[in-house]
Amino acid sequence: MGAMMKREYNEKAVRSLLLVFAFFSMIIIFLIILFLFKEGLEAFSYTNIFEFLTGTDWVPKDDVYGAAPFIISSLFVTAGAILIAVPVGLLTAIFMAEIAPNPIREIIKPAIELLAGIPSVIYGLFGMIIIVKYIRITLDIPSGETILAGSVILAIMILPTVISISEDAIRQVPRAYKEGSLALGATHWESIRRIIVPSASSGIMASIILGVGRAIGETMAVVLVVGNVEKIPTSFLDAGEPMTSTILLEMGEAAVGSVHYHSIFALGIFLFVMVMVLNMVSNIWLGRGVRNG
Amino acid sequence: MLAGCISGDGEESTDGLTGTLAIAGSTTVQPIASAAADIFMSLHSGVTVTVQGGGSGTGVTQVGQGVVDIGNASRDVKSSEYEEYPGLVATAIAADGVVVVVNPDNPVTSLTMEEIAKIFTGEITNWSEVGGEDEEIVVVIREDGSGTRSTFEELVHKDVDPTDEALQKPSNGALKTTVAETPNAIGYIGLGYVDSTVQMVEVDGVVASESTILDGTYPISRNLYMITNGEPTGLAKAFIDFILSDEGQEIVEEEGFIKL
Repeated sequence: MGAMMKREYNEKAVRSLLLVFAFFSMIIIFLIILFLFKEGLEAFSYTNIFEFLTGTDWVPKDDVYGAAPFIISSLFVTAGAILIAVPVGLLTAIFMAEIAPNPIREIIKPAIELLAGIPSVIYGLFGMIIIVKYIRITLDIPSGETILAGSVILAIMILPTVISISEDAIRQVPRAYKEGSLALGATHWESIRRIIVPSASSGIMASIILGVGRAIGETMAVVLVVGNVEKIPTSFLDAGEPMTSTILLEMGEAAVGSVHYHSIFALGIFLFVMVMVLNMVSNIWLGRGVRNG
Repeated sequence: MLAGCISGDGEESTDGLTGTLAIAGSTTVQPIASAAADIFMSLHSGVTVTVQGGGSGTGVTQVGQGVVDIGNASRDVKSSEYEEYPGLVATAIAADGVVVVVNPDNPVTSLTMEEIAKIFTGEITNWSEVGGEDEEIVVVIREDGSGTRSTFEELVHKDVDPTDEALQKPSNGALKTTVAETPNAIGYIGLGYVDSTVQMVEVDGVVASESTILDGTYPISRNLYMITNGEPTGLAKAFIDFILSDEGQEIVEEEGFIKL
């Protein structure tokens, strides 16, 4: 009787302990959001939110805070990364899921996974020494530190995300679709192009959106190669300063509680909201994929 | 170090130093003052030292008004400030110099202060205008709020903002790498960071070195001061003496400045 009670008690204790740990990450994310908004929203009592988003000058010493150059730089760098990573990633995913014989697949797969494990500062160093130099010499421009350099580095960094989620999506397309298509006389490539990829499109979309989320939030690799010029970029060969770079560059120096400090947190809010929305959209797309497939 | 603190505490407090020392001012001097304060407090258990920023102007004003005991400044006290607070005494505690560097392949190795100011504010944009090749100048500066940047701007182009084409780097090291990798780049770093990957530029014919910075002939240099109202006495004197001691000057070097 006593032993039974004790066992039941233990069971309950373990259960509530696990519950506490499960809640732990939720509490952390809640605290981060709370903190970010508490510190950031205060910026809008100095600069109204519209001016903050559209202003083109960011001069902390005069307390002028317009974030447009950073927001546009972020969008530029991310768009470039997607333009490079999506074709490469999608074709790799198709190859891996449909064409590659097992031995080759077993070489490529770990290589891609390794790509995901490289610390971002290493990408930054590689970009700073190799890619920036290559761009400067090949395109014959005074400095290779450009939006393009950031996009190339980010494209490499988001490839693992795009490839692995797209590949999973392609693999989840029911065999019957492909067999039906082949039986109707379509070639393998026609089946891939007309049947398999369109059926996996929601998973592929999800992979792209997740890639965008990662690209827009990446900091260390980008700050080393984009030049950090506080001007609105007009081409991929201009230098730019994405939001993440501004936060990294200026946080250490901003006096705690100053308008500058709150404005940097306000940038953080926009970054956070953008990444959050992208993740949610991606989850919705992934959910659709499962239902359709 | 830790052991020293623990065993030393009881005895040290018998030297009679107790009370609170308030310090404020230049953010350039702040890291030196903070690091020194930590050690000073561990040596004298009865003493509390508070170090705040605010800028050189704040440091001078607050010590003049008696709000703080020591005001930090990264520039000389202006004559207008002496007029308002005639009792101020500035004690130099360290020197600070910023070196202009270019890529080793650049034929330009000497510039005047005026040329440097024009390059960094975007008035001169091609190396041919200063005797170099016909190539666009890539200006590389530090991020907003960097001490090196504020020293440089204060001494070279005080009232004009840097060109908005300038690339910004988050550290002396990152800036040096960019200049080393970019043939037409020009930038500035602390003297301690110079190595063979970049080339120092003579400024008004003077090469930067510890001696030319200390004797003031190298123009992009300045002294860092701790200012008291009247000759330093008591706790303030003990603290300034500590910074001027060998141990204090070691902190000055660790924080990237030049010891006296």
